Amino acid sequence: MIVQAIAFWVFAIVAVISGALVVANRNPVYSVLFLILTFFNAAGLFVLLGAEFLAMMLVVVYVGAVAVLFLFVVMMLDINFVELRQGFVRYLPIGAVIGLILVAELIIVFGGWSLAPSVTSTIAAPTPAVDQVSNTQALGMLLYTRYFYLFQASGLVLLVAMIGAIVLTHRERVGVKRQKIAAQVDRARTTVEIKNVPSGSGI
Amino acid sequence: MWQPTLTHYLTVAAILFTIGIFGIFLNRKNVIIILMSVELMLLSVNINLVAFSHYLGDMVGQVFAMLVLTVAAAEAAIGLAILVVYFRNRGSIAVEDINMMNG
Repeated sequence: MIVQAIAFWVFAIVAVISGALVVANRNPVYSVLFLILTFFNAAGLFVLLGAEFLAMMLVVVYVGAVAVLFLFVVMMLDINFVELRQGFVRYLPIGAVIGLILVAELIIVFGGWSLAPSVTSTIAAPTPAVDQVSNTQALGMLLYTRYFYLFQASGLVLLVAMIGAIVLTHRERVGVKRQKIAAQVDRARTTVEIKNVPSGSGI
Repeated sequence: MWQPTLTHYLTVAAILFTIGIFGIFLNRKNVIIILMSVELMLLSVNINLVAFSHYLGDMVGQVFAMLVLTVAAAEAAIGLAILVVYFRNRGSIAVEDINMMNG
């Protein structure tokens, strides 16, 4: 139990600090790296909550794909980031005030949260005992049966996002020589002349 | 006090959400940081969903967290693609110039 408490506090504090460094950092590359650290610590919190599959998912999808995508874009685009930081100090006081108000309100709302005893009768899909069904298996049994259409729809969302990203960023360059297989196959027979060469004489 | 409860997880998520909003306020010119802030906010929503799922004993929260994860990944890909196209056309990613796109 004490191990769990220590792990929670470490994960939570590191996640919050690195989350703050994401928005406060001068260099966007460091921001992306702190974003990765935040996701790792959030994955640790997920493990503590017994959602191991989602934790691994977070690491694979976010750290493996999204954060690397951010890193690529940050490094590929030649952007003057100093210019973009203008107004940082100007918006700091108003942003801090609004942020403090918002976090205070959220903590007041969530701080007194308690689950009513009658709420257990409204549970849609009870979590099976951990020693009988693992988290991944339980999630799969739910996802492939009751939420199958939602699962397929999220696959469609990813497909549309992929097609959209390709269509947006694809461009036709002029002056690039490519192999045109259709043109090669279509070529008329007359362009090739077959000569009957007697052996030993040449043309 | 030191033992993590539902309130602790919700507080962590609330702080992360606020950091995300704070980041949008502070980095008004840098779209990349704004996109990262949106990712932070979605992450905090996921923490909320998983925390409720655990303390309520209901698996559906984790299913929804997974769907949010999917949408967040799609959003990041599309957002960065738009960013790349915008940079190619304008040579900068300042948010203030984006209003030239209106018809």
